[in-house]
Amino acid sequence: MFSRTGAMLVMGISAVYFLIPIWWLLVASTKDQSQFTNTNPLWFADFSLFQNIADLVAYRDGVFLRWMMNSVLYAGGGALIATLLAAGCGYALAKYRFPGRDLLFNIVLGGVLVPATALALPLFLIFSQISATNTFWSVFLPSLVSPFGVYLTRIYAAASVPDELLEAARLDGSGEVRTFFTVSVRLMFPALVTVFLFQFVAIWNNFFLPLIMLRDETLFPVTLGLYAWNSQVNQIPELRGYVLIGALLSIIPLIITFLFLQRFWRNGLGAGSVK
Amino acid sequence: MPKVPRRRIPHKKAIATFVLPFGVLFTLFYLAPIGYAVYQSMLVIERDGTFGQAKEVFGGLTQYVAVFNNGPFWTSIGRVLTFGIVQVPVMLGVALLLALLLDSPLVKGKKFFRLAFFVPYAVPGVIAAIMWGFLYSPNLSPFTALTSNINFLSADLVLWAMANVVTWVYVGYNMLIIYSALLAIPTDIYEAATLDGAGQMRITWSIKIPLIIPALTLTAIFSVIGTLQLLAEPQVFRTFSSAVTSTYTPNLAVYSTSAVPNFSLAAAMSVVLALATFALSFTILKFTQRKADQ
Repeated sequence: MFSRTGAMLVMGISAVYFLIPIWWLLVASTKDQSQFTNTNPLWFADFSLFQNIADLVAYRDGVFLRWMMNSVLYAGGGALIATLLAAGCGYALAKYRFPGRDLLFNIVLGGVLVPATALALPLFLIFSQISATNTFWSVFLPSLVSPFGVYLTRIYAAASVPDELLEAARLDGSGEVRTFFTVSVRLMFPALVTVFLFQFVAIWNNFFLPLIMLRDETLFPVTLGLYAWNSQVNQIPELRGYVLIGALLSIIPLIITFLFLQRFWRNGLGAGSVK
Repeated sequence: MPKVPRRRIPHKKAIATFVLPFGVLFTLFYLAPIGYAVYQSMLVIERDGTFGQAKEVFGGLTQYVAVFNNGPFWTSIGRVLTFGIVQVPVMLGVALLLALLLDSPLVKGKKFFRLAFFVPYAVPGVIAAIMWGFLYSPNLSPFTALTSNINFLSADLVLWAMANVVTWVYVGYNMLIIYSALLAIPTDIYEAATLDGAGQMRITWSIKIPLIIPALTLTAIFSVIGTLQLLAEPQVFRTFSSAVTSTYTPNLAVYSTSAVPNFSLAAAMSVVLALATFALSFTILKFTQRKADQ
């Protein structure tokens, strides 16, 4: 279909397309405000990255750092608990027979197809009934549910946790819950990393739920905070620079997480496909 | 009545420990909101006289009639469908091409390319939209020669400018799913095909692509769901372009209706949108399954 040169050309052009916006963001973040418009946008001028970061962090009593910490809490804490809960359910669906098992699995499977944004408004209405909007919990609690996580851990547990091993653990007198944490969780680890990452990204990127739930700026995740700043650029032009540097800083945690865990999640990703 | 002998379920307590925490949260934050949206969508506000107290009463399908008569809402559905019909095949086509190339022996430096294509997925939709908003702006863009001649933020082009943002973010993610499926194909199939005289092209069409149909289906369904749920990108682009209205996509329409506030109408819109999403992804699933069976 392709010659080697043709193939490499397609790959090269694609790589430029994917990387150039990020390169531009990196370069733009190193310039001071005056150089932003009158120097080559794709190459460095004076290197003021650290000054810019210091300015950003100091701006409005460090609200940006607050947003980053919120995002880490919402996404990191939320994804961790969501993974554990989904793994327990998926594991039970794969390894035990109990009445209602198929029904439960089908309902959860339907849940995979329900878009998170469709839930945001009704969640807002429910939380306002109990006067719990504009709280940390109004964004945190709904993110603990991952139907996709149940689906994936069920498939993975069925394939990677042998019944013989569970029987052996039972004969050794290990309780079911203990066996889950000491034996099964290890065998399911690649799937758990995948679920964690998917949920982490989903929460980190979630926009609608915080947008309608939160009024108090100190509760914002970083995406909502930067969005709010970007909407005020016309009134407060200095925000433009902060939005760009903030955008750069906000994508670094995700890239690090991906790089750090990629060995695991790439294995997990193939779990659902034909072997 | 004869008693049906009940079989004892072994490990009952353990099963409850595993299932209940997820089950309770799933009920509270998935099933209850869906139920509540359906309930809320059946209500109408009624007043005693013009200045009387407002109270919510059961109104049956009144709100759904209002949704079906809501022109801007259907315009927005039409808009995202147009968007999806173009963007989803382009994105998946590119993802498939890149995955096949990555899987072929022609390409060197696979690790670098895999990473380079995937990096945009680490950029949240809002941030990606802000970045591209700058890149499209005539005076800020690094490509002024291009952006001063073509107004990407104009009413004609802004939808496709957003399609580019969505494509940029998700190609790498879809490519990885397809690529993982390609890696899972046992290589002895290729050896057998080569012995039978099949070339690379033939192997790609007759072996690789049919075997990764499940992965393609999965990516297609997630993309369709994503398209109908477009929110962050148009919401951000409203600050860059006046062509993006408050009802530009169905989710934006839901958001601005709930901000009025008209919760019942917004809830009815949500329900219609969720049903449409469900129906479309279900159709894709059935359609591709039948294809795969043939």
